[in-house]
Amino acid sequence: MRNRTIIEVEQLSKTYQISDKDPGFKGTLKHFLSRKTFGVEAVKNVSFKIQPGEIVGFLGANGAGKTTILKMLCGLIYPSSGSIYVTGFNPAKRQHKFLKNITLVMGQKQQLIWDLPPMDSLQVNAAIYGLSESEATNRIKELSMMLEIEEELYRPVRKLSLGQRMKTELLASLLHRPSVLFLDEPTLGLDVNAQARVRSFLSEYNKKTGATILLTSHYMADITALCSRVLCIHKGELFYDGGLNSLTNKLTPYRELRIELKDKFNPNEFENYGIIKTNRDRFIEIRVLRKELPKVISKILERFEVIDIEIKDPPIEELIGKLFKERRV
Amino acid sequence: MSYSKLNIRVIKALFNSQYANMLEYRVEIALWALSGVLPFIMLSIWKESGAAISYGFDGISLSRYFLSAFLVRQFSVVWVVFSFEEDALLGKLSPYLIQPLHPLWRYFASHIAEQVTRLPFALLITFTFFFFNPDSFWIPSLMVFLLAWLSTIFAFLIAFLLQSIIASLCFWNEKASSLERLLFTTYLFLSGLLAPISSFPPNIQKIVLLTPFPYMISFPANILSGLAENIFIGFIIQITWISILLPVVILLWKAGVRKYTAMGA
Repeated sequence: MRNRTIIEVEQLSKTYQISDKDPGFKGTLKHFLSRKTFGVEAVKNVSFKIQPGEIVGFLGANGAGKTTILKMLCGLIYPSSGSIYVTGFNPAKRQHKFLKNITLVMGQKQQLIWDLPPMDSLQVNAAIYGLSESEATNRIKELSMMLEIEEELYRPVRKLSLGQRMKTELLASLLHRPSVLFLDEPTLGLDVNAQARVRSFLSEYNKKTGATILLTSHYMADITALCSRVLCIHKGELFYDGGLNSLTNKLTPYRELRIELKDKFNPNEFENYGIIKTNRDRFIEIRVLRKELPKVISKILERFEVIDIEIKDPPIEELIGKLFKERRV
Repeated sequence: MSYSKLNIRVIKALFNSQYANMLEYRVEIALWALSGVLPFIMLSIWKESGAAISYGFDGISLSRYFLSAFLVRQFSVVWVVFSFEEDALLGKLSPYLIQPLHPLWRYFASHIAEQVTRLPFALLITFTFFFFNPDSFWIPSLMVFLLAWLSTIFAFLIAFLLQSIIASLCFWNEKASSLERLLFTTYLFLSGLLAPISSFPPNIQKIVLLTPFPYMISFPANILSGLAENIFIGFIIQITWISILLPVVILLWKAGVRKYTAMGA
């Protein structure tokens, strides 16, 4: 192990070779006869260190390079340049001892056999990772209780809901008790309850085992619930590495209110509460300063007959992109 | 790269899960077994044409050869390139690549499980064949059966390794399965599936016997049907091909994973 860091990344870069194709027959012919490939820099000179037991969140828009970094950290793809050490190993070598210490969970991607109950895939994983039968049984019991999926382990994967599948994927990925977890969008597509369950499970797992967790997410809620430290990445460049608290207000100084009113309204009446984003029929969306939120909500409820009100964060892509341009952090 | 050693428990767990998975597809496997009746079609063409006699085959030996070719084919069918290509394209390969077990073992276990699932259907087709061709009925000696079985396992290994080479090319070219079509066409003509190798002109035979293809159908089928000569040399050639192809697969795989981009994941 190098000092006390469990993950050490230095000047990491990755360039993908890709080729574009114009539409239509002409484009197909051109693509076939004289294909031109070019390099796309997905990750540019990224460096960071992570200590054992930390939960670190990767924030960034689609295509920012978060997943590419995770894939390099677990040894799935090779870096173009730079160095990586995870638990003292170079992931690209995919050494036996290294692979037994890590796991990668990709939202929507599965390792479980689709037509069989998860238990069959778990038996395979237990054998591959050399767990004794009693050890495997105990861990399956413990993890399935934590994830609340005891019965689902005996039903074919194809019959499970998305949330149940995600939880069984997590179980399969954690059966060998890895010390480093790479989670790529672990709550993608899950309903609010399932998201909350996965988050609390990860938090509990971290406390119980002291595992290091590095996760990417589109949901700010995942990050705020789990991570004390965040890495912000935009177009392959790391531009923020630090505490979540100092970032939150800068990242999301505003929140968005989506209000459904009983009757039609005059949009001008809302101008004093915040910036109007959209208004249609009986619906209005306004952007309100985070610190003024309680005051604004109570005023709106006082003045208008509200049927429904929803509070949400602005899209993360929008915020990160804006922040990167302004370099305010 | 190092992967955990295969042990009995891993083999058992892989086989059990893959066999259970294959049983979910038993109707599909029955249809695949039925679709392998090409040797019987070739048998009827050869019988009708009367050409077999000029190559030293009588009706019974010809029937036994093509039935044996059917059985060898049933237990040496390989489709690793198609599964692998799909898994590589859709990103399903990624979880397997970060486990301490070489992913090819999973595909290997699937094939063995599929062969076991095929067994009852292949036997049913064999009994039906004997019902309509009672003159062709024979029971090979235990030694012949064991030798034929062993050479069929080697035939399967050659086919699996050949396709694994093409599958490894998926790391460079996502549509490597198109190369398999080329391989299959060659296999079809040179393996003995359409015609016994001994019916080929002598000069062509010499060339064909230098390729791995006759050892994938013709050699095991000849052993089973009692037509084989030089069984010892046949086995040596099968083992030689396996020894040549295996390091090629290992080297290509090692170079290929460096190119893997984990698409779709």
